[in-house]
Amino acid sequence: MSQTPQPVPSASEPQSHETRIGRRFAELRQTGELGLVAYVTAGDPSLDATRDIVLAAAEAGADVIELGVPFSDPIADGPVIQRASERALRSGTTLEAVIGLVAELRRHSQVPLVLFSYFNPILQMGLETFARRAAEAGADGVLATDLTPEESVEYRRILRQAGLDTVFLAAPTTPDERLELIAAVSSGFLYLISRNGVTGQRDRLPEDLSALIARVRRATPLPLAVGFGLSQPEHLRALMGQVEAAVVGSALVSEIERAAWPAAAVEAVAARVRALKGAGRVR
Amino acid sequence: MSSAPKTFPDARGRFGPYGGRYVPETLMAPIEQLERGYAEASADPEFARRLDDLLRNFAGRPTPLQFAERLTAHLGGPRIYLKREDLLHTGAHKINNCLGQGLLAQRMGKSRIIAETGAGQHGVATATVAARLGLDCVVYMGSEDMERQRLNVFRMRLLGARVVGVDSGSRTLKDAINEAMRDWVTNVRTTHYLLGSVLGPHPYPLMVREFHKVIGLEAREQILRAEGRLPNLLVACVGGGSNAIGLFHTFIGDASVGMLGVEAGGSGHHLGEHAARLATAAGYGGARPGVLHGTYTYVLQTPEGQIATTHSVSAGLDYPAVGPEHAWLALEGRAEYTAVEDAAAIDAARTLSQTEGIIPALESAHALAELIRRAPTMKRNQLVILNVSGRGDKDMEILARYL
Repeated sequence: MSQTPQPVPSASEPQSHETRIGRRFAELRQTGELGLVAYVTAGDPSLDATRDIVLAAAEAGADVIELGVPFSDPIADGPVIQRASERALRSGTTLEAVIGLVAELRRHSQVPLVLFSYFNPILQMGLETFARRAAEAGADGVLATDLTPEESVEYRRILRQAGLDTVFLAAPTTPDERLELIAAVSSGFLYLISRNGVTGQRDRLPEDLSALIARVRRATPLPLAVGFGLSQPEHLRALMGQVEAAVVGSALVSEIERAAWPAAAVEAVAARVRALKGAGRVR
Repeated sequence: MSSAPKTFPDARGRFGPYGGRYVPETLMAPIEQLERGYAEASADPEFARRLDDLLRNFAGRPTPLQFAERLTAHLGGPRIYLKREDLLHTGAHKINNCLGQGLLAQRMGKSRIIAETGAGQHGVATATVAARLGLDCVVYMGSEDMERQRLNVFRMRLLGARVVGVDSGSRTLKDAINEAMRDWVTNVRTTHYLLGSVLGPHPYPLMVREFHKVIGLEAREQILRAEGRLPNLLVACVGGGSNAIGLFHTFIGDASVGMLGVEAGGSGHHLGEHAARLATAAGYGGARPGVLHGTYTYVLQTPEGQIATTHSVSAGLDYPAVGPEHAWLALEGRAEYTAVEDAAAIDAARTLSQTEGIIPALESAHALAELIRRAPTMKRNQLVILNVSGRGDKDMEILARYL
């Protein structure tokens, strides 16, 4: 890699408001709803199943879909998504195939789609090739879990040129000056990790979450999506009015894992999405 | 050599194109805190004094540089010197880094340390230092490695560490690192991750090298005293590459000193059969630059970027990525990398046992196996330093099958 890391983005970096993500958050602002970002691991248990699950989740009210690209060494994920990644890899899922799934989904739905990946598969495809293919297929944004703003200069330039949003993570450990850096390199929305730890369901929200949200708010006007540990309607009700969206992942992946066959997974995910989205509509 | 060794890594942790920092955001603040903490400790004479005292009086430094008289005669080639890291407390070079990072964790107010281990040597060294310094200790170890290195599991438990078996993926070192990183991301405020090799996000490759460079500093002085000249060749095994960097680093600026890193050739040349990342000239395939465990370096992987499984009889070399500084030394042509297969390492362990009365770790036996191959092509007045990075007690159950 020939990139020279430089933390601060140049002023000419295009700030994209044109993706489906930006439009969906504008709509949510108008209706006052809490957005629901639904994560599933692509290819778990098969790409066909993921297609049906995503379409059903979108139909049931999911505002943004995060399509997880399975990786052999998912260091930021808890056991549920680790197992989903293993199932997806066993079914032969590659990044190229996930991009193919995006193209197929686009024939049926305009739901905003974010590719959620570890960096290495993207790097191996090549940043230019990846960005071109993902954009052509109809993806709206990309989040690379283990890519920091500092190491992402080339990545951001290439993805933004292709019209893709670059979503970055902020965490409870992130100091204020880093929040500004993360805000400056993010587009579409900013993904706020609710707690220190890996992905996975928890019973309750962290007590200091509101203070964390307030701190991030001061750093950015971008829509905020809070994730890690959210699974219950009351979690979403508690977030109403504080952030623009909630990310639910492991809870949906668990439904897929528990389902006896793919059609049951489709129904279970749709029911869960309806319940969660319902909670985000009622004030 | 285009660059002086002291300038690498650069401020962003890059060794040429390799290295850097690729981690989930939650870890960025603690890594920056670690970088500052390490810089402060490095400038503190009291820290240096405490570390030096522990290295001498607890770990057993300096280690001898022993002329291997019978091995030299047996091979009929260059004069071979053995750097005896196997004589250190806990039986391997790993203690150098563990003492450094353990003191650093204490200085930074962290009460809990976690570590990964493959062969168990780093785990034992970490558990030992934790006991000596009074820190809580959890060691992650692949369940396959726990089976093949179970004596080290007992040692860690006796020392008071909790050993957590990792059943995911290939159930070896890479999976143990995954699990240690998950623990760190969860307990980041109280916990220091005592990474055991020149791997991971900056500043680990720099910091671990600095704690091991004492190997080369001593060896340089010792060979000059014994022979009055620098060695022609340094030989060391390379898993992540900490013992090799420890020996090589001091000599990087000495253009006449050759450096040879020996990786695990396992049971074959196909992806999945070996753990050779840089030995492409020896016909081992499947490694390309990529990102694993926080650093950009040579990684054994599929064309789609999934990390490959590896194989080696030696658990300590059984890892798909190599330290970024080694990737850079290979790119610059400053060091040469090759690999030897399981069987040759076993034979070499027998050779050293029976010529010098030293049972080496199977990791170190890889380095010797390559030296056995090359010795006949070298001149009798040439000098070689071989790093005996660890002793072979932990491998007796494996070696016993070949008796």
